[in-house]
Amino acid sequence: MLGLQPGSSTVVPTSAPVGHRFEPYDSNGGSIAAVCGKDFCIIASDTRQSTGYSIQTRYKPKVFRLNDKATLATNGFAADAEAMVSRIRQRLEWYRHSHGRSMPLHAIARMISTILYGKRFFPYYVYNILGGLDEEGKGAVYSFDPVGSYEREFCRAAGAAQSLIQPFLDNQIMFKNQHSTPEHTVPKPGEMSLPDVLKIVMDSFTSATERHIEVGDGLEMFVVRTPPSAQGEAIGAASVDLKAMGGVEAVGGEDEQEEGAVMVIRRELKKD
Amino acid sequence: MNYLPGQTWSSQPAQHHHQFASASYNTDPSAHTSQPIVTGTSVIAIRFKDGVMMATDTLASYGSLARFMDIKRIEKVGENTILGASGDMSDWQYVQHTLDKLMLREQNENDGHILSPSQIYAYLARVMYNRRSKMDPIWNSFVLAGVDPKDGSPFLGYVDLLGTTYSASTIATGFGLHLAQPLLRKAVEGREDQIEEEEAKRILEECMKVLFYRDARSLNRFVIATVTKEGSKISEPYSVPTSWGFAEMLRGYGPQTQ
Repeated sequence: MLGLQPGSSTVVPTSAPVGHRFEPYDSNGGSIAAVCGKDFCIIASDTRQSTGYSIQTRYKPKVFRLNDKATLATNGFAADAEAMVSRIRQRLEWYRHSHGRSMPLHAIARMISTILYGKRFFPYYVYNILGGLDEEGKGAVYSFDPVGSYEREFCRAAGAAQSLIQPFLDNQIMFKNQHSTPEHTVPKPGEMSLPDVLKIVMDSFTSATERHIEVGDGLEMFVVRTPPSAQGEAIGAASVDLKAMGGVEAVGGEDEQEEGAVMVIRRELKKD
Repeated sequence: MNYLPGQTWSSQPAQHHHQFASASYNTDPSAHTSQPIVTGTSVIAIRFKDGVMMATDTLASYGSLARFMDIKRIEKVGENTILGASGDMSDWQYVQHTLDKLMLREQNENDGHILSPSQIYAYLARVMYNRRSKMDPIWNSFVLAGVDPKDGSPFLGYVDLLGTTYSASTIATGFGLHLAQPLLRKAVEGREDQIEEEEAKRILEECMKVLFYRDARSLNRFVIATVTKEGSKISEPYSVPTSWGFAEMLRGYGPQTQ
């Protein structure tokens, strides 16, 4: 609306028209985390998708199997995450066609970084955690920010409950603020057994569900390891019977998959 | 002719100084939907034993004016899919046109393949995400429901102007998200495979009544659409009985005229 100032011939705007700019982003809640061990990696997420105070669905996966040695967890704006994952999968397929093998983990990490930075000025609003096995068969976690900064770590949490889960992992996985005594030496990070890490991941999410309104409904834990069949005598992570814990074969991503390479364990979380 | 730097107009006839300066081009900013104008309110949908069921009223509002009282907000897309829309009604009619063209193109292939509900959903979701990425959104929230003609599996999915997608056994848009969704979840979650068609219809009618009571942009005239493996059908518009007895002593609405 325009108003005339008394005694003045010039029109002075007294209030600007109410303009509404389209906001292309949303935040869809939920949390993700990944922890690696000597010969395995666990990549986990809750399965709730929300906007504001509304739960949209109780089951929408945020973790995606890429190939036998790489699994990606996404968090932030769900539509961006999905578009990004389909681009990554297409690039992995092209790589297979031209090189006749799956892209190694460190290369996937660098590729994700460039894909993210490629949209530096209209970013994918997605926090990514890539977990799997490196070329030596060791567990690895790579974490990214939305514009492509990344580093390799032992463990990482991201998303709505990052501030609840990360300090817990720092203490329980990295042994931060723990001190050796004559009776007990603090172990080195990254050497914990698969069942122990699974327990810590489950506790992380049940605790986050208690204290964060955007976390809950369901938990999916992807376990990436050298499958039992590939070894003569099953040792380390390969000797753990995941099927007995309710583990099932993870599907999606590259077709070629070895039985037991990527398995997913599902648990219920509180739905309130 | 002397042009000022950046000058795009002249009182003289156009002089073409170089080959590629075309005679005319529009320098206006292209028009994007910046807000919905004529709008439809909630879409609600649930899964049940034999498939999926969806309801919308027939109103298209112009702000607070009940402008068009007989607008179709659920349409068939092929034989096994239905699509319900809330939000801007001109964008909705554009999407109908787009999907009609898609289905026609696919039919003309005559390759024995028809698009399944999840394939139509994937297409629609990409269209919606692509437009949001151009900062030119299609201002709707859609609910797509169907039954796969091959394996008989039910499908119920949501997609909106941001390209956000999800599936669930109960879905509601707009005001229905706040008013109907809790009722739908209580009635349906965990019993998807036990609910008969009649009960599903009753659940949706109850929710449409609640929405009519409390959503000021709604109408007690709605359609219910059903998809089963036998195909899809959309009912004629109808109403449910309402009771305003509680308002007997209140002024402002109810039986008194003043």
